[in-house]
Amino acid sequence: MAAEGHAIDALGQFQLHTAGSFIGAAVNFTQANLMMVLAAGLTLAMLHFGARPKAVVPGRLQALAELSYTFIHDMCTDQIGEAGKRFFPLVFALFFFILFGNMIGVWPYAFTFTSHIATTLALATLVMVLTTAVALRLHGWKFFSYFVPAGVPKLLLPLLVPIEILSYLSRLISLSVRLFANMMAGHVMLEVFGAFIVMLGTAGVIFWAPAGLSFAVNVALIGFEFLVAVLQAYVFAVLTCIYLHDAVHLH
Amino acid sequence: MRRIAVAAVTLLALPTAALAAGMPQLDFKNPLMISQVVWLVIIFSFLYVLLARWALPKVAGVLEARATSIAADLDLARDAKAKSDAAVAAMNEATRKAHAAAQAEIAAAVERSKENAAAQTAELNARLEAQLAAAEARIGAARAGAMQALREVATDTADVVVTRLTGRAPGRAALDQAVAAVLAARGQA
Repeated sequence: MAAEGHAIDALGQFQLHTAGSFIGAAVNFTQANLMMVLAAGLTLAMLHFGARPKAVVPGRLQALAELSYTFIHDMCTDQIGEAGKRFFPLVFALFFFILFGNMIGVWPYAFTFTSHIATTLALATLVMVLTTAVALRLHGWKFFSYFVPAGVPKLLLPLLVPIEILSYLSRLISLSVRLFANMMAGHVMLEVFGAFIVMLGTAGVIFWAPAGLSFAVNVALIGFEFLVAVLQAYVFAVLTCIYLHDAVHLH
Repeated sequence: MRRIAVAAVTLLALPTAALAAGMPQLDFKNPLMISQVVWLVIIFSFLYVLLARWALPKVAGVLEARATSIAADLDLARDAKAKSDAAVAAMNEATRKAHAAAQAEIAAAVERSKENAAAQTAELNARLEAQLAAAEARIGAARAGAMQALREVATDTADVVVTRLTGRAPGRAALDQAVAAVLAARGQA
């Protein structure tokens, strides 16, 4: 995996291959998709087993399920308003799909499907198409007034309207690249410092100290990865809510 | 030593090497790139539908059940409080009534005893008045008797004195007249 020959192969971990023996290969089912199934399954299992006791005073798992529910529900109603309840299942699905995807990715030998731009771009496209569709359906042609800033001299409009349109479209890039780049960078760092441990550790006794330092860095990086995993899922969900707020209320 | 040098060079050359090797994420010739997105759409759709139709309503049901049970308990507590408030109010009212009744009773009793005392005093005064009048009458009679006796004594004494001095007895009528005149002059007739 690392330090094959004399080069650090930091990017090989992102290589896709099929999973699920010949059946998976027959339908091009990749290991990323396997992790997606796992993330979706964990999300559903958390809610299913959490809601099962139906206790008035919740146990740990039930508290987890209920807190997840109220956390995302409050996020939707706070950011979007009353209309946010309609988008609650989608935001919930996005947040926990990405969160579990990121978390699973920190596990050794697992694969981080959020480290693929194609995946994050697909999720961002979903959000963009949805927000634009919601805005068009609620406001019709008035939606395009969104690109005309209020209280601006008419002379500046030819300059500002293209900028507004560009910034609207760049949401797609910022949503997808932010998540993809964060996850990829973290895993490349882990891989590089992991390779250092092996290289320095086998180079001789005098290099054991820097090898140990690399190990300490990797321990810190793992903790950092968990932070990034939660933060990026949260950012994705919050931005989705903010975009939906813009779509529902225009400005 | 050579290995370390190689490692250092590799680390410094990493960004360039990465770009040169090409990121697997940008390898769009790989058919798995498209297929993973297709599978993503399928898996995410399933996740969304299952969450919206099955998993989230379950949690919502648990939360709702708790909210209703808490609301029911609060209603129960509110009812109990209202009842106890009413009971306290009734008790206060009863206490107030009993207090007022007792006050009226006491006032009546005081009034009654005052009347009795006044009646007794009046009766006693009347009796004392009557006794006083009787005693005064008796004193008056005694005094009249005494005065009468005094007159007779004076008349007799005057008769004796006059007889001794003159040697002859004065007339009874003249004596009576003289004594009466003297007594009248002294205001004791």
